Amino acid sequence: MEYLPNILFAIVLIIGIGFFFKNVKKLSRNIKLGKDVDVSDNKSQRWKNMARIALGQTKMVVRPIAGLMHIIVYVGFVIINIEVLEIIIDGVLGTHRIFAPLGALYDFLIGSFEVLALLVIVAVIVFWIRRNIIKLKRFIKPEMDGWPKKDGNMILYIELVLMLLFLTMNAADFQLQQLDAAHYTKAGAFPVSQLIAPLFDGMSISNLILVERTAWWLHIIGILSFLNYLYYSKHLHILLAFPNTYYGKLTPQGKFNNVEAVTNEVKLMMDPSADPFAAPTEDAPDPEKFGASDVMDLNWVQLLNAYTCTECGRCTSECPANQTGKKLSPRKIMMDTRDRLEEVGKNMDANKGEFVEDGKQLLGDYISHEELWACTTCNACVEACPVSIDPLSIIIEMRRFLVMEQSAAPMELNNMMSNIENNGAPWPYNQMDRLNWVNE
Amino acid sequence: MSEELNVKTMEAFMAEGKQPEILFWVGSAGSYDDRAKKISRAFVKILNKANVEFAVLGPEESCTGDVAKRAGNEFLFQMQAMMNIEILNGYEIKRIVTCDPHSFNTLKNEYPGLGGNYDVVHHTQFIKELMDDGRLSVKGEFYKEKRITFHDPCYLGRANSVYDAPREVLKKTNANIIEMKRHKKAALCCGAGGAQMFKEPEKGDMDINVLRTKDALDTNPDIIATGCPYCNTMMTDGIKAHEKEGSVSVLDVAELIANAEGL
Repeated sequence: MEYLPNILFAIVLIIGIGFFFKNVKKLSRNIKLGKDVDVSDNKSQRWKNMARIALGQTKMVVRPIAGLMHIIVYVGFVIINIEVLEIIIDGVLGTHRIFAPLGALYDFLIGSFEVLALLVIVAVIVFWIRRNIIKLKRFIKPEMDGWPKKDGNMILYIELVLMLLFLTMNAADFQLQQLDAAHYTKAGAFPVSQLIAPLFDGMSISNLILVERTAWWLHIIGILSFLNYLYYSKHLHILLAFPNTYYGKLTPQGKFNNVEAVTNEVKLMMDPSADPFAAPTEDAPDPEKFGASDVMDLNWVQLLNAYTCTECGRCTSECPANQTGKKLSPRKIMMDTRDRLEEVGKNMDANKGEFVEDGKQLLGDYISHEELWACTTCNACVEACPVSIDPLSIIIEMRRFLVMEQSAAPMELNNMMSNIENNGAPWPYNQMDRLNWVNE
Repeated sequence: MSEELNVKTMEAFMAEGKQPEILFWVGSAGSYDDRAKKISRAFVKILNKANVEFAVLGPEESCTGDVAKRAGNEFLFQMQAMMNIEILNGYEIKRIVTCDPHSFNTLKNEYPGLGGNYDVVHHTQFIKELMDDGRLSVKGEFYKEKRITFHDPCYLGRANSVYDAPREVLKKTNANIIEMKRHKKAALCCGAGGAQMFKEPEKGDMDINVLRTKDALDTNPDIIATGCPYCNTMMTDGIKAHEKEGSVSVLDVAELIANAEGL
C-alpha cells in the first residue's frame, strides 16, 4: 500500500501525457493535409525570427499593457515548469522537494516562482477585466461569440486556479516545516505564500498534510488537464508560436508568390510553336486546381497558422476594412480555416482516416465572397500579428479560386481585367495613347 | 498646352545606339489618369532639371498586372509580366524608376521569379539619390512654415519597408513635417489597394479613404503628401468628403519638389 500514491501518480501522468500525444498526432496529421511548401531556406534567419518574435516577444510589446502582462504570464509559465519537473519526480519517487539540497539556489527558485505566481494572478485579473468589464473592442467582434469567448475566459480561470493551488500548497508546506512535520524538510523561501500561511494557524499536522497533498494533487492534475485542454483551445499558441514564427514569411510583405502551375500554362500559351489543339498525353496528371476553395488547397504553413492563432484580434483591429464596418475580419479568416480543418479531421476520424465528401468547403460555408473582396491587401493584419500569421495569403488563394476557377469576381473587376487583356491598362484607353500625358 | 517636356522613348535611345541611365516606368495610372498624369509630368520636370538621361517605353509599356494579381487573376498577371519582361530584357534594362508603389512592388518582387531582374526604385528614392549626389537641390523657401503630413502607401511602406526616402525628400523643402498618429508600419491604407481602386467598396459604416483622410486632417496640415497615384486620388476624395478642399491640398512628393523649384 505504501507505493499506492506513486503508482497512482504514474498512471495519471501516463494518461495525461498519452492523451496529449494522441492529440498532437491528430494535429500534425491535420496540418499535413495542406499542400507541401518548401520552407527549408534561410535557416539562420528563421532561427533568429523565432528567437526574436516567439522567445523574445518583440511583437507583443507593440501594445505595451497587453505586452507586459503577456510577458509575465509567459515567463511565469516557462519558469514554473522547473517546479512541475520537481513535482513529477517527487510524485514518481515518493520524495518531497527533491531539489531542496540545492540550498540557497532552491530558496531563490521557490521564492521567484512565488513572486511570479502572484504576478501571473495580477496579469490574469487584468486580462479578465479587459475582456469582461472594459470589453475591448477587439474581443467583442461577432466571430468571438460563443465558444471563443468562453475559451478565452476559461484559460484565465484555469491559470488563476493553478496559481492559487500552487500558493496554497506552499503555504501549507511552510506551516508543516515550521511544525517540524516528518517528511517536510525545511527548504525553500516562501515570500508570497507566507502571507496566506496564517490562515492555517492552529491546524493539526494531519489536516495540514491533507491540505498540502490536496493542493499538490490538484495542481499537477490541473496542469495535465490544461495540457490536454490546449488542443481544443486557442491556447495552442503556447506551443505552436515557435514553429509558426520559424516558418513565417521572410520575403517582403508585398511579394505574393507566383503560382507555378500558371507559369507553365502561360509559357505554353505564349509559345508560338505549341500546338493549341494537342490532346494531353495519357499519363498527364489532372490539371491543377487554381487557388483554394477548401483547407486541403492551402499549404501546410497556412494550416499551421490557423492552429497557431490565439484570437487576440490585433489583426482585425488594424484591418482598414474592419475598422470601417466591413464584414472582413482577418482573425475570422484564421478561425474559419481552423474550424473547417477540425471538421475535416473529425470526418477522417469517423471514416477510418479517409475524408468522405461532406458537401461543405471553406469558401462559402465559412468564408463569404463579401469578406474576400473587402480586402485591400494592405498587410496591416500581417504586420500586427505577434506570431507571424499571414491571413492575407489565404485571402489571395481564395480570390484566385474565385477568379480563375469560377470567374466569380465582382463585375467591375471583370471589366478592369478585360481592359487589361484588351488594352494593356485597367482603363479602356488605347495603348497607342500611352504617351499622350507628355504633351497635355 | 504647358511647357515642353523632354521625354524620349527606349526605341529612340535604341536607334541612337545608347542606353539611358534609368527607365521611367510610367504605369497605367501615370499614363491615363488625369490626376496621376500631373505627377508623371512633375517627375519628368525634376529629371529634366537634374539632367537625368531617362527613357520611357511609351506604347510598348503595358499594365504590370499588379491589380490583376491582387484580384486573384494570376493568369492575366503572368501574361502581362511575361510580355513586359520580354520587352524590358530586349532593351537590356538595368534600372527602373516608377512613381507607382504598386508597379514598384511587383517589378521589384514578383518579376524576378518570372525572369525579370532589375534594380527597381521608387521615385522618392530616386529624388533623394539625386539630392544626395548634388544633382538636384531645393531652395527651401516655397514651403517654409507650411505643415505637411506624409501618408505612407502600403506597397511602399509596409510591403517594402521604404519609409525614410519620402520623408527626407520632404524635409529639404523646410516645411514642418508632421506625422499622423498612425504612420510608417502602422499606417492605415487609403482604401484603393488590392484592386479596390476599380470597384465599389463592400458595405460598411464608411469608406476607408474618409477614415484615413481624417487621420491626416487631425494633424491640421496645409498639404497631405502622397507617394502613390492611388493614394492621391483617395485622399483627394477624402478631402472633399470632409469639405476641406479649400484649405488642404493633396500633392505627390514629386509635385512638391517640382513646385518648390518653380518647375
